[in-house]
Amino acid sequence: MNSQNNIEKVGEASLSPRKQIKTKESISSSRKKKWKDAGLFSLFVGPVFLAFAVIVLIPFFTGIYYSFTDWNGVTGNVKWVGLENFKYLFTEDKQFQASFLLTIKYTVITIILTNVIGFGLALLVTQKLKTSNILRTVFFMPNLLGGLLLGFIWQFIFVKGFASIGQVTGIPFFNLAWLGDEHTAFWGIIIVSIWQGAGYIMIIYIAALQNVPQELIEAAKIDGANRWKILRHITMPLVAPAVTICLFLTISSSFKVFDVNLSLTNGGPFKSTEMLALNIYTEAFVNNRYGLGEAKALIFFIVVAAISIIQVTYNKKKEVES
Amino acid sequence: MGNKYTGKIFGVEILSIILGLIFLVPFYYVISNSLKPFSEILTSTSALPKVLQFENYVNAFEKLDFLKVFSNSLIITVASNIVLVVFCSMAAYMLVRTKKKISNIIFMTFVAAMIIPFQSIMIPLIKTAGSLHLLNSIWGLVIMYLGFGSGMTIFLYHGFIKGIPVELEEAAIIDGCSRFGVFWRIVFPLLKPITVTTVILNSLWIWNDFLLPSLVLQNPELRTIPLATFFFFGQYTKQWDLALAALMIGIVPLLIFFFAMQKHIIKGITSGSIK
Repeated sequence: MNSQNNIEKVGEASLSPRKQIKTKESISSSRKKKWKDAGLFSLFVGPVFLAFAVIVLIPFFTGIYYSFTDWNGVTGNVKWVGLENFKYLFTEDKQFQASFLLTIKYTVITIILTNVIGFGLALLVTQKLKTSNILRTVFFMPNLLGGLLLGFIWQFIFVKGFASIGQVTGIPFFNLAWLGDEHTAFWGIIIVSIWQGAGYIMIIYIAALQNVPQELIEAAKIDGANRWKILRHITMPLVAPAVTICLFLTISSSFKVFDVNLSLTNGGPFKSTEMLALNIYTEAFVNNRYGLGEAKALIFFIVVAAISIIQVTYNKKKEVES
Repeated sequence: MGNKYTGKIFGVEILSIILGLIFLVPFYYVISNSLKPFSEILTSTSALPKVLQFENYVNAFEKLDFLKVFSNSLIITVASNIVLVVFCSMAAYMLVRTKKKISNIIFMTFVAAMIIPFQSIMIPLIKTAGSLHLLNSIWGLVIMYLGFGSGMTIFLYHGFIKGIPVELEEAAIIDGCSRFGVFWRIVFPLLKPITVTTVILNSLWIWNDFLLPSLVLQNPELRTIPLATFFFFGQYTKQWDLALAALMIGIVPLLIFFFAMQKHIIKGITSGSIK
């Protein structure tokens, strides 16, 4: 079908009739052509593939190897220790286990709240509001700044801003210890993540909501459906594919949270808010236990890959059904 | 959802504006306090500054060595974008137009590698980079961004190029144009919409990235804005007057970029996320 796209057909050969008479001359010219195509192919694809192989592929595979060793990054001798690292992680490393559970808890809470709030904001700004455009900008703006800057901004809000509001209003919510207490510090990270992520998710939901045909809604109105019924029985089912996209987007980004964690709490107080990505970082670059860090990183990869594979197959299935 | 502006819609409008203001409160605190002297930040955090004074900004600007830091960030972001656009568009074009198994395998490798989280690679990467002399070098970092950004960028270009008819190129080849010339003179200009999308997505990512540059650029001379902000916060802990001004200085370039490119950014995010 795509034979006109075929590389052999482009170039001089495409001028010759489809059924070639195989003379000696044409064989040698087609061989020459083959070499020329291979050369062009490597010229176009080669540079980026080389960078990709050196930066991503090789470290990924050597990383898998290192996760079975006691490598400390300093000394040259790397000893194979088999499954020792993994055994240690699952039986003795309480901090790793706590980080793992905390990351799951954080991910579940963050994806639910970010999606609910993001969807709510999208519903609001797709009404016929006079300030609709400005509000979209406002809700999206925090997403521009990287997690690091956001964490620092909120460090000030939690430490000074909340205390000051609490003093003026007397509302107990603002007088909590926030970053000084492990529970509120955990919720602090969630608040910042939602502030960052809700606007992004909102953009995707806006696109989905705008694709809902107005005629359907008008027809339902004529039939006497109220706002809630329209939302529940018409809008929601039609934006369901966007919900899947957003859920998976937020799952993997939440699971990989690092910047906000580092700049807002740095894992504190007393490592109680140290999530998985930060835990791996600390193990490798603070404790200098590279082998152990790699073992954690491999587990981390397996979880992230599993989420992504489920996502892709689920989306494919949806496409087939619809 | 009629076209009338009813009382109900007015209620929704008020609610939305209140929510918008809540979203802006953190910015209010950072901006207003960055303009106060230290003692005033401590005594009246929520109030507007009594007198506007830009001393904090002058101090933070100098202590950050902002011009240096800003140009580092700019060079890294621009150079990475150039190599990403040039090499990824070329590769994606060849992968689409060469109907062979190898193209498919290479393309799938790029796409599959997108799921590898950075933390799974960083430890051996720093070791490999050390032996290849890519550490403490802006160009080393740019090559790394080419490697890390290639999956997403090739993926976006690949999808776009598939929709471009091949006839135009064939005509040019008959006219004696080389394959290289065909790509740059005929195909590349057609890729402008997707080039804008990839540049925006990659710029926001690279400009804000902290972890990779923190591992690669240990020399203070090479620090980017997020790195400089990080060390500044570490050094001036609880010196909020300086720290907040430094934060604002780091935020301003992003805001300018955003307001200049707002439409493209929103479009880029929508098309980049629904892949």
